[in-house]
Amino acid sequence: MLSKSQARAFFLGGTVVTFLIFIGLTIYSFQPKNDQTNHGQIDAKVVRGKEIWEANNCMGCHTILGEGAYYAPELTKVIERRGEGYVKAVLQSPIPWGPRGRKMVKYEMNNEDTEAVIAYLKWIGNIDLNGFERVVSPLAKDKE
Amino acid sequence: MKYKSQKVAYWFFGLCMLLFALQIVYGFIMGFARIGWDGLHNVIPFNTARAVHTNLLVVWLLTGFMGAAYYIIPEEAQRELVSVKLAYVQLISLALVGVAAIVGYHFNHWEGRKFLEIPRELDYLVVVNVLLFLGLILATLFKGKRKTTTALVLTMGLVFAALLYLPGMIWFDSQVMDSFFRWWVVHLWVEGVWELIMGGILSYLLIKLTGVDREVIEKWLYVIVGLTFLSGLLGTGHHYYYIGVNKIWLIVGGIFSALEPLAFLGMALFAVYMYRKGEKSHPNKIALFWTIGASIVSFIGAGLLGFAHTLPQTNIYTHGTLVTAMHGHYAFWGAYAMIVLAIISYALPNVTGRKRYDKTSGHMAFWFSNIGMLGMTVAFGVAGVAQVYMERKMKMEFMEVQNEISIHFVVLLLCATLFTTGILLYILEFIKYGRPTDEALEVKSY
Repeated sequence: MLSKSQARAFFLGGTVVTFLIFIGLTIYSFQPKNDQTNHGQIDAKVVRGKEIWEANNCMGCHTILGEGAYYAPELTKVIERRGEGYVKAVLQSPIPWGPRGRKMVKYEMNNEDTEAVIAYLKWIGNIDLNGFERVVSPLAKDKE
Repeated sequence: MKYKSQKVAYWFFGLCMLLFALQIVYGFIMGFARIGWDGLHNVIPFNTARAVHTNLLVVWLLTGFMGAAYYIIPEEAQRELVSVKLAYVQLISLALVGVAAIVGYHFNHWEGRKFLEIPRELDYLVVVNVLLFLGLILATLFKGKRKTTTALVLTMGLVFAALLYLPGMIWFDSQVMDSFFRWWVVHLWVEGVWELIMGGILSYLLIKLTGVDREVIEKWLYVIVGLTFLSGLLGTGHHYYYIGVNKIWLIVGGIFSALEPLAFLGMALFAVYMYRKGEKSHPNKIALFWTIGASIVSFIGAGLLGFAHTLPQTNIYTHGTLVTAMHGHYAFWGAYAMIVLAIISYALPNVTGRKRYDKTSGHMAFWFSNIGMLGMTVAFGVAGVAQVYMERKMKMEFMEVQNEISIHFVVLLLCATLFTTGILLYILEFIKYGRPTDEALEVKSY
């Protein structure tokens, strides 16, 4: 029958081994040859877009890369699906956007910030998501 | 109650009750918004309500864990807390940081990262607060007469939880890296170190409530927390399938996250077996209900419902849908909310000296909240599965689908009302117990 010291060894040994593997896999994932995000294309505009995204807690309603609040549309492929003009109109709308009854916060964004958000969403739209990009936005897929 | 300083736990539990009640209010705001009743949109838009709802959850659970530690550690270490005054300072500063964060959310002041919305300047205050808490717990443990496995596992969980907060404070230019390391906090908290805390509290409660030998219980505690880390660490990979990182996570995450229910199954079997093995008939039946309930519901919510969408082949369709909300609600409820309510139910009679052990309202609180939460989980689940088929298979527009599934949110709100009734009864019981008193030291506690 298992003793308490054997149980402790199982806990400590298992934890250390899996932790080391986890760290190893993390390093492996972020090696440049394994990049799926076009990391080199992240310029100042994309970074500004990400800052605006976070400053307004867009993830508190929308989802991106499948993560968020499920209250408003998934935006991973929104540029392909809707086009830049539509996204611009939403961000600059002087009234809360809500064509189907569910309201968005009114941002009345200026041109510079709007372009930054669009640059950020374009960068997001080009990430290789291991096949999820084909499922998350079938409407965008149909346009291809 | 054996040590005067254990009384400090009561005030942490009181703060828990307050924050929990507030969390439910914001949950209702979100629920009503989903069926089109969004009259508060200009004051509390959905993203504010959502940030408040999830952050209050995290804060009240952490407050509960802290209260549990202040109650358990003196008894396990067999000495008073090193400083009660500093524990109160820690409580008040924790409450102030929490209130500042929540008020800030209403003025668009946040980091905008799911679960980690607290703005950077408050992050530093959280770190100071948690360091003070850990200092008090570790010093008490270090100076104590004994160092039990239960106390060590609980403390280890709290220390790791504090350390894991740090990766969430790093800023990345890439959304993918941001997301990757955000899960180091969120996943490794809830499917890692928080389970250590849960295991520690569960172990303490089982020792007290069943009378089974400490050595037996603590041996199995090691096995369970061992299983937790063995599966949970690499199980983090299930968050990495489709966020823009290497395919290797599909295999690693798939295999190890499929093993994650084992830890919860172990916890449920452990609690039920110890209960049956125990010869002690503890009079605090309510605490026993919450304790055994936590172990079983966490297995269903975190284990089974997590497994339901953890394999990459399923997750490719369910990722980013309400299926996640289904799993999230029942998992947090079973694993963490119920264990906090269990330790509160156990500690209250001991710190107040009033033995309201078997009151009908206490039992009603248990059943109403559990049946209500089960109903909410089913409503989220049905809405989520319908969303997956309509949106991702039938290619319907997002809002078209949302309108189709809005009826499930009416069901959700009805079940949430039952749940809230249960929680209000629980809070009422908490109030009826009255304040903690030194006289409780003279009352025999079981």
